Amino acid sequence: MTRPVLEVRDLAVEFDTENGRVRAVNNVSFSVNAGEVVGLVGESGCGKTVTGLSLLGLVPSPPGEVVNGEILLDGHDLLKLNEVGMRKIRGGEVSMIFQEPMTALNPVLTVGYQMTEVLRLHKSLSKRQARNAAIEMLGIVGIPVPSKRIDEYPHEMSGGMRQRVMIAMALSCGPKLLIADEPTTALDVTTQAQVLDEIVRLQHQFEMAVILITHDLGVVAQTCQRALVMYCGELVEAAPIDSLFASPRHPYTQGLIRSIPRIREHKIDRLPVIEGMVPDIAALPEGCHFADRCNRVQADCHERSPVLTPSAEAGAVACWHPLEPQHD
Amino acid sequence: MTKPLLEVRNLVKHFPVRGGGFSFVRQQLKAVDDVSFTLLPGQTLGLVGESGCGKSTLGRALLRLQEPNSGQVFFEGRDILQMNRAELKAQRRDIQMIFQDPFASLSPRRTVAQTVREPLDVHDIGTSLERRKRVEELIELVGLRAAILNRYPHEFSGGQRQRIGIARALALNPKLIVADEPVSALDVSVQSQVLNLIKDLQLQLGVSFVFISHDLAVIQHISDVVAVMYLGRIVEQAEVSSLYASPKHPYTQALLSAVPAAHPAAGAKRIILSGDVPSPISPPSGCTFHPRCPAAQAKCQTTEPRQTTLHNGDYQRQFTCHYPLGS
Ligand SMILES: Nc1ncnc2c1ncn2[C@@H]1O[C@H](COP(=O)(O)OP(=O)(O)OP(=O)(O)O)[C@@H](O)[C@H]1O
Ligand SMILES: Nc1ncnc2c1ncn2[C@@H]1O[C@H](COP(=O)(O)OP(=O)(O)O)[C@@H](O)[C@H]1O
Ligand code: SF4
Ligand code: SF4
Ligand SMILES: [Mg+2]
Ligand SMILES: [Mg+2]
Repeated sequence: MTRPVLEVRDLAVEFDTENGRVRAVNNVSFSVNAGEVVGLVGESGCGKTVTGLSLLGLVPSPPGEVVNGEILLDGHDLLKLNEVGMRKIRGGEVSMIFQEPMTALNPVLTVGYQMTEVLRLHKSLSKRQARNAAIEMLGIVGIPVPSKRIDEYPHEMSGGMRQRVMIAMALSCGPKLLIADEPTTALDVTTQAQVLDEIVRLQHQFEMAVILITHDLGVVAQTCQRALVMYCGELVEAAPIDSLFASPRHPYTQGLIRSIPRIREHKIDRLPVIEGMVPDIAALPEGCHFADRCNRVQADCHERSPVLTPSAEAGAVACWHPLEPQHD
Repeated sequence: MTKPLLEVRNLVKHFPVRGGGFSFVRQQLKAVDDVSFTLLPGQTLGLVGESGCGKSTLGRALLRLQEPNSGQVFFEGRDILQMNRAELKAQRRDIQMIFQDPFASLSPRRTVAQTVREPLDVHDIGTSLERRKRVEELIELVGLRAAILNRYPHEFSGGQRQRIGIARALALNPKLIVADEPVSALDVSVQSQVLNLIKDLQLQLGVSFVFISHDLAVIQHISDVVAVMYLGRIVEQAEVSSLYASPKHPYTQALLSAVPAAHPAAGAKRIILSGDVPSPISPPSGCTFHPRCPAAQAKCQTTEPRQTTLHNGDYQRQFTCHYPLGS
């Protein structure tokens, strides 16, 4: 029986904005098993990053606030920790990598300096030991001649190389859980393929769990065992990858799958799209938030909000009129 | 034979750079190195390659936003590189540019109306009333509502901002738009919306595009002809369906297989290129792709491959490789 490393229950996060208080994450519950890669997908602004940040106590406050929920790491609630306790978790048992590595790396310090800082904070290593560990880690993530490149500054490296440095830093203390927020979105397709491969390989090697945040279900198809689909701050579908792709239940999931850019045998006139756009979370429509864009909408969808309900195949869906399950 | 809209011959753009380390020796970074291609009216050329291959530099050099070192750029038969300032300004009405970052490319202090109107003001076209009508027409053409005209860019999503950028590029009825990664910063769901819009505009207005992207899945939908760029050079060029059906250059094949599979079951036989694009300051000997090429043989390290041209009606198929695939 697999046990969850992470269990999130009824998480809610709010922000104070010009338009009043908005709920960026609402009633989000999920768990991640040891050694599992879970994709968190949805369009821009749907709450993926905020969810990731709240797992590490990194929601900027003010204006943000975790207003409800439990975040259990191996059964211990992280939301009950003070800042000192949280700092030990961060970069230790749980670490995070971000979309734009330049914002997370300090431009005036060498890669080596930044990596040894992290190692020495979490492990009682001498300077020399930490440096050697850092060089080893850079080698593991595929940086050529790591003993040389360790003394470079972030701007001297390419985008893909910087993302590898971020991964090396995130993994240097052997986390149980890695949160990767759009780690390949700023990269070109070949570098994306390299970095995703690297994450999968390291996930096996270190037996860690990974939450991979992305707007591209194609990336999820390639790397994850399970996916959580998010819309307007809420989970709308959760399922193992194979059943999610073979038989999406939520119309939004189906729309996302159809919009994956792919190479086609024959050109088509129009690419399939999800019409319209994500509503402003300061003015969410009544009932199902997806109703304005949904091709299965019925009158009752505008009245009552659907709740995430477990379905067959170990999945769950929040929709009044889900697509029929497909069996083959 | 149809007369080309754009004909680029042997275009070169080098950047002088200081040598590595403590060296003060000036070196040349060959960002665009002897590039030639032809674009017919109403058609779209997809320009594809990894980051750092020279796509943006080529795009900017076509418009002389960055002065090329040598070569020729014939637009409707006249060499843009020989034009004086006044001629160039007049020519700019026919050629517009759209940029990657919909956030950085719009001025935050200008309303949507002011942004879209700007080219009409610069070229002093129409009365104030005519300009206002034209702006309304343009904003509807790109699928937005005239009600938004008095709002500011920060109030819009990435996809909407890119539509505003497209409306501005269309203001002067250009014949050619150079679009530099116009969808790369957008969510995949929004990418498709913007690609459909660009396709509609091609058909409706007959405008040609040079469409730059690193993603062959994006390029396929929009292009008639595709040029694949590596280290400043075009290594393969072909009509879209033949390029996708049977790539000749190993680099094209690798880019094709880098596109993420659309399904968990697919994607078994991926070729993952190792390493980064080498520095264009000191490119590898022989075929510059040889250190990363899965098909490389001894000759590739020493001898530069020559370009092969196959003719096929209006289209030519070109590739530069000693051991092209499928032959
Ligand atoms: N510091 C903040 N202040 C106010 N609102 C915020 C803040 N951070 C996030 N939000 C809001 O919370 C919502 C979710 O944001 P989040 O960044 O998590 O989305 P996302 O899915 O990661 O989107 P993206 O792909 O654009 O990063 C958005 O509506 C956003 O505007
Ligand atoms: N102003 C500049 N000075 C020096 N090098 C430059 C300049 N602009 C671009 N380059 C270099 O030219 C090469 C091609 O760059 P670019 O055209 O931006 O590629 P792409 O758009 O494909 O990413 C890169 O090696 C880049 O570093
Ligand atoms: S609840 Fe209704 S509107 Fe919402 S996704 Fe389901 S069918 Fe569509
Ligand atoms: S010439 Fe040789 S190295 Fe270059 S692409 Fe062809 S096979 Fe590969
Ligand atoms: Mg985000
Ligand atoms: Mg570029």
